[in-house]
Amino acid sequence: MNRTGRRAAHSAPSARWRSRKVQGWLYTAPTAVIVGVLFIAPLVLVGWMSLNRWPLLGQATFNAPDNYLKIGDNPLFVDAVLFTLKYTAITTVLLSAVALGLAMLVQDRKPGIGFFRTAFFLPGAVGFAAAGLLFYGMLNNDFGPIDPLLQALHITSEPVKWIGTPNMALFSTITLVLWRFAGFNMLILLTGLQAIPTEVYEAARSDGANRWQVFTKITLPLLRPTLALMLILSVTGSLLAFDQFFVFTNGGPDNSTVSMVMVVYRDAFFRFDLGGAAALSVVLLVALVGLNTLMMRRLR
Amino acid sequence: MSRYLTLSALAVLFLFPLVWSGYASFEEPSNYLEMARFGEGLGTYATNSVLVSVMTVAGTLVVSALGGYGFARFDFPGKNLLFLATLAILMVPYATILIPLYVLLGYLGLQNSLVGLSLVFVMFQLPFALFMMRNAFEALPRELEEAALVDGCGTFRAFARILLHAVRPALITVGLFAFLASWNDFFAPLILLNDGASFTLPVAVVSMTQQTFGAIDYGMLQAGVMVMAFPCLILFIVLQRHYVRGFMSGALRG
Repeated sequence: MNRTGRRAAHSAPSARWRSRKVQGWLYTAPTAVIVGVLFIAPLVLVGWMSLNRWPLLGQATFNAPDNYLKIGDNPLFVDAVLFTLKYTAITTVLLSAVALGLAMLVQDRKPGIGFFRTAFFLPGAVGFAAAGLLFYGMLNNDFGPIDPLLQALHITSEPVKWIGTPNMALFSTITLVLWRFAGFNMLILLTGLQAIPTEVYEAARSDGANRWQVFTKITLPLLRPTLALMLILSVTGSLLAFDQFFVFTNGGPDNSTVSMVMVVYRDAFFRFDLGGAAALSVVLLVALVGLNTLMMRRLR
Repeated sequence: MSRYLTLSALAVLFLFPLVWSGYASFEEPSNYLEMARFGEGLGTYATNSVLVSVMTVAGTLVVSALGGYGFARFDFPGKNLLFLATLAILMVPYATILIPLYVLLGYLGLQNSLVGLSLVFVMFQLPFALFMMRNAFEALPRELEEAALVDGCGTFRAFARILLHAVRPALITVGLFAFLASWNDFFAPLILLNDGASFTLPVAVVSMTQQTFGAIDYGMLQAGVMVMAFPCLILFIVLQRHYVRGFMSGALRG
């Protein structure tokens, strides 16, 4: 009697709890299906593919650990790693400096500032493929306006080989990336700058700190978490660069601007070696997750 | 005053490429006619791009609105695991997962399909979208649902008729991000679509530079750039309040 009574008292809320539980599952079921089928499954699959000889067409055969062993023999990949690291270092430094400069210029809500914020961000709304083709035309020696402009200003005397030499190709690509992403990073830093209370600045000024001291002693330290986020996004994005090199330099001249992801792409779809590409993917994945964890721990 | 001079000079530098591209494309209006006839025709590529973007935006909105509500208001076993698994998508490099996705979509009969591509875009949008939507629903007072339930709505009707209206700003933000990402993306369609008739605009226009050996029509190319960039520029200018709010509301701090 006592028992049944207790059960009766419990049954109403527990039925309700069960129905809330089922409802929760129903609402999140589409998320679970998408994440399970299109994220978890391919993640497992890429691991399995990396252990097989996996041609684009035809039967896969188990060959572990060959795909991993031959990574070191792939001269294009070794060069690509070095090139990508160099590209990442230069891009991240320049992007941080430019984005921080822009953010500080548009920090205060003054008349007309909204226009400038929009102007700096606008290239970010343009797709990377479109931006690459835009620069491809703009820097073309016959068609683009840059060479005539530089010559008219007597800065150069003949057309510049914008993507014709390895160094210039890197320089031009970084210019493209700065144009496309500076505004986006400015927006990130702006959220950080606006979180700094104005009282802190006022206190520093009344203590007689000059602009440089305010910048190095207050702005930079208080901006650290936001800068860290920007650095992580920039480093990760640059290490995985693909579009800009594929569209703009096409890896040239002489494979001097082949990024790591371009090697993955070429292995898969030009050399038809999906297993090798999967092994490279796994290595990149592990390296990046490790790097991200490390950066978050150090920078936060 | 000197700040405005610096800002103006910088604004000229940032806007110049866009203005030049527009000018170069319109210098010969025939550029647009030629581009429209390129390959399978501009109509095909633009239709593909529009279809993919519409499916991506719709899919992202439906999945993230349902999921966001589920995560904000219900407790169920596996909840945290599913949320973490979704956020883990952010940790995985785009490129490393596209090759297995290419194989997997083959198994599902969705290779070279705009539906398959859209589903992949929905997956990539999900961490940001779900996070935004969960926060938006959590910010709503519970009284809103309770009032609807008292009025005799079922929970789903309360969700569809009342709560969705209340989170409209978040829906616009999520939709805008999903549109820009799917319209502009180049790498995923490059890998997942392999037939000219199913190309989206970015892949089609990039192929203009690679099919015509040596003799690239740069005016036509800039017309292609404008067709790709124009909808994004307009949409961004109109909706930039929502874009910036997306940043501020912690979308990036998560």
